[in-house]
Amino acid sequence: MQPFKPVLLEAVGLPDGHTIASYKSRGGYAPLEKTLAEKQPVDVVEMVKASGLRGRGGAGFSTGLKWTFLPKDHPGPIYLCVNADESEPGTFNNRILMEDDPHQVIEGIILSSFATRASTAYIYLRYEYPHSWHRLQGAIDEAYAAGYLGTNIRGTGFSLDIYLHRGAAAYICGEETGLIESLEGKRAWPRIKPPFPAIEGLFRKPTVVNNIETMACVAQIARRGVEWFKSIGVPADPNNPRDPGSYGPKLYCLSGHVEKPGCYEAPLGITARELIDHFGGGVWKGRKAKAVIPGGISMGLMTESELDTPLDFAGPGKVGCLGLGTAAVVVIDDQTSIVDFLHNSARFFAHESCGQCTPCREGTSWSLRILERIRAGKGRLKDLDILLELGQTMGMMPGSTICGLADGAAWPMKNAIKKFRGEFEDYIKRTNPSGWMVTDPVPALPIVGAH
Amino acid sequence: MPVVIVDGQEIEIGADERLNCIEAARRAGKEIPHYCWHPGLSVVASCRMCLIETGQRDAATGKVTMVPKLVPGCQTPVKDGTVIVTESQLVKDSRARVEEALLIDHPIDCPICDKAGECLLQDYHFEHGQPSRRADLHPFTSRKRDVGPTVTLFVDRCIMCTRCVRFTREVTGTAELMVTSRGAKEEIDVFPGHPLDNKLSGNVVDLCPVGALGDKDFLYQQRVWFLKREANVCGGCSQGCSIFTEHNQDAVYRLKPRENPHVNKWWICDEGRYGWHHLHDQSRILEASRKAHGPNHRGNGAGTPATEPVEWADVVVRLRDDLKAAGRLAVAVSPMMTVEEAWMLCAVARSIDPEAFLSLGYVPVQGADETFPGGFTIRAEKCPNRKGVEEVLAVYGAGGKTWDDLVAHVAAGRADAAWVTAGYPGPWIDTATAESFVGLKQLVVQDFFDSPLMRLATWRLPAAGFAERAGTWVNAAHRAQSFRQAIRPPAGVWPEGRLFWNMLGRRGLYDPVAVRQQIGGSTAALAALAGDMPAVGVDLRLHQLA
Repeated sequence: MQPFKPVLLEAVGLPDGHTIASYKSRGGYAPLEKTLAEKQPVDVVEMVKASGLRGRGGAGFSTGLKWTFLPKDHPGPIYLCVNADESEPGTFNNRILMEDDPHQVIEGIILSSFATRASTAYIYLRYEYPHSWHRLQGAIDEAYAAGYLGTNIRGTGFSLDIYLHRGAAAYICGEETGLIESLEGKRAWPRIKPPFPAIEGLFRKPTVVNNIETMACVAQIARRGVEWFKSIGVPADPNNPRDPGSYGPKLYCLSGHVEKPGCYEAPLGITARELIDHFGGGVWKGRKAKAVIPGGISMGLMTESELDTPLDFAGPGKVGCLGLGTAAVVVIDDQTSIVDFLHNSARFFAHESCGQCTPCREGTSWSLRILERIRAGKGRLKDLDILLELGQTMGMMPGSTICGLADGAAWPMKNAIKKFRGEFEDYIKRTNPSGWMVTDPVPALPIVGAH
Repeated sequence: MPVVIVDGQEIEIGADERLNCIEAARRAGKEIPHYCWHPGLSVVASCRMCLIETGQRDAATGKVTMVPKLVPGCQTPVKDGTVIVTESQLVKDSRARVEEALLIDHPIDCPICDKAGECLLQDYHFEHGQPSRRADLHPFTSRKRDVGPTVTLFVDRCIMCTRCVRFTREVTGTAELMVTSRGAKEEIDVFPGHPLDNKLSGNVVDLCPVGALGDKDFLYQQRVWFLKREANVCGGCSQGCSIFTEHNQDAVYRLKPRENPHVNKWWICDEGRYGWHHLHDQSRILEASRKAHGPNHRGNGAGTPATEPVEWADVVVRLRDDLKAAGRLAVAVSPMMTVEEAWMLCAVARSIDPEAFLSLGYVPVQGADETFPGGFTIRAEKCPNRKGVEEVLAVYGAGGKTWDDLVAHVAAGRADAAWVTAGYPGPWIDTATAESFVGLKQLVVQDFFDSPLMRLATWRLPAAGFAERAGTWVNAAHRAQSFRQAIRPPAGVWPEGRLFWNMLGRRGLYDPVAVRQQIGGSTAALAALAGDMPAVGVDLRLHQLA
């Protein structure tokens, strides 16, 4: 593997790396000053479009393209919402950025606000990140003091205020329209689309929602240039006109059964095996991996034999996973029961389903109850068919829900059952020798809530 | 005109109509099942029952491109060339799964549920559901709690369509209801200390597609399949909301709003909804009677003077004779009566005394008009037909004459006899006003309940209630709506129209439609009444302009 010098994580380990002085000494805010003085918003949009930057929040939508969806010549206000509600299980890259290099994020926010003509930016911060909260607020205060925020920044006529909003610990607030509803003070029920936020978002005004890491990437593109960014990662597949390529560095969150878990920066397109062996020191205790989550639990599962899949935006999809997601790689060793894994996953989604759409609200809770019954030794083979059917029918992709939370619940379910069906069947037959073949409804276990 | 293709059938829609797939499919006779969508509320597309397949037909080539996934019919607008598929296997499977999901936690307590028989969950399950249960069997639960003075919430029956929540936010603007908790633990609730007590609260029960919200007034009173419904008009105020009177064996059990885009959209107020109990009040006047010894101005000082009951056939004859013998007549035409009854009463009065003084009856007013954020209005004028009676009085040259004019006319001694029609559902006249009627040779009072005026009457006649009448009312916005009789009045009570019809010597049964058409045919201002009356009524002013 080519040696790679971290860029997004360059401040990690530096003393006072989170301060404005440290950030400026590394070349920070100079690109912002240059941009504000010499460029037009459209230049920044074109720069980000040319870089091929794709959103780091999970869906991988082109950031520059998203910005162009804003209405032209809108009288305003236009809002920028920065999604720091990082709650996908296994994910902590935003946290590292906010804690160790918050100014990189803030410079990215200012550049993005300039590009989108937003004069107000909201950072929607996950409640469980108190350290990020202090660091970000400190950095925002420093940026105001240094004149990078406020009215008429550096005499350019551009004004921007950043508000740091702490969420109240709900996974659904990370969905972009759920986040908008929550910011408005409402219950975080994702909105029906269209209209998309770029047309009608926060307070019914045009809104862009971007991830923290995307903001950091914007800052680095402004500093190091489009060519630098495009030199990293996987180019577009010439045989697939719909593949825009996966460019730039990416923060991979490696956790689970590895020797050295952590957040590592690598070029997009590194394979899961390289990541585990090179950065993670291999699967722990000398064991082998049974399965690997490619990008947060909602992306599904890769088996050991699929570990050479490149972790770029297109890779995980080729082995039946939902996508790259947040690039949170969780390793599950061969001593772990896949039944336990799926139960844990189902518990999470049953707890976090917002309850708006029937298929997700009832489907996540039904699958949890089935898995609880299976683990209690009362499973039936028929349950696997039901779980698979639930996995294949709930979500945005079959069209049965408003947002993607249900897809996230469905993917681990159908991946686990399709790829590890033998283990499920063995488990059910072993633990329920007298009842595994029953097909009539059985009495429910006493209900143990997901809450 | 834009063309929409519903299951292969081409439907034309208006060029500027904004329809969703549910509405467009309905035009083609296809019902797309839905829970959360309601035409009067915002679209949330959350129940997912209305998922359908859609596509677009290319105008030039005729080639149809389908959307590769299911879409909610409620959220998807139609335009020219929209293709809607409501019957495919994919759609059917999806509906069956939604039904199955909704029934996982539902108690399925239909035998003890008031909604059974008019429950969408039941209907859709029979039509779209799966034949057998796959989910685990739960022990029966039935939690309920009060959410306000009018409504009980049966928590476990709820399917979380949030219609009720949206109603209190969008139509009443009071926002008492909310969703608590998350996921399958979600429940509808009120905020602590803020019960659901707005003036339109009963509508959430109508909106509820399942048995989760129960109307305390109706709960456990009657199985809905025993009820018969008659299209009526609410007599509670001059708004004249379109309603259904739901009744069985001449007893009203509840009133429901009837959709009328010109008047009340889909709603009625609680005052109207629960304003039918006076019909079955035990203290109603239930027979025609006459003072036994002729006029007795002040009674004998020991309460009501002795009266004798009079058969209705005799009333028709003797009332006319008594009034004719008395001399100068003054008549108050109650705004609780229909246009037809008012018109016949005026005719009767003028046939007895060609110079009879005619005026509008007492108009009860309470507070001020109240309009809610959703546009619904409750009128201060608590009678349904002031406008209609005024139009009739104008025909008889008595336009603009009010109750106060009549009281003054009588008090000034310019009448020998008075005929006061009333029929108000509550107390309306005080003793001081009633004193003005002392000294008349004859006083005919036609009312619902005993009153200071009734105690002075020489002729005591019962009045009919709103559901017991037939005819036409004209609301405050000049909209005339006709309705039929829903229930028969109690034995001994003739609706006013029947008495007047007979006093005019007309043959057969009282026929309000014939009277209405006669009025329409003879009066320019009321010409709109001549034709057939649509269910939503007609605007008299439009016809006057024409």
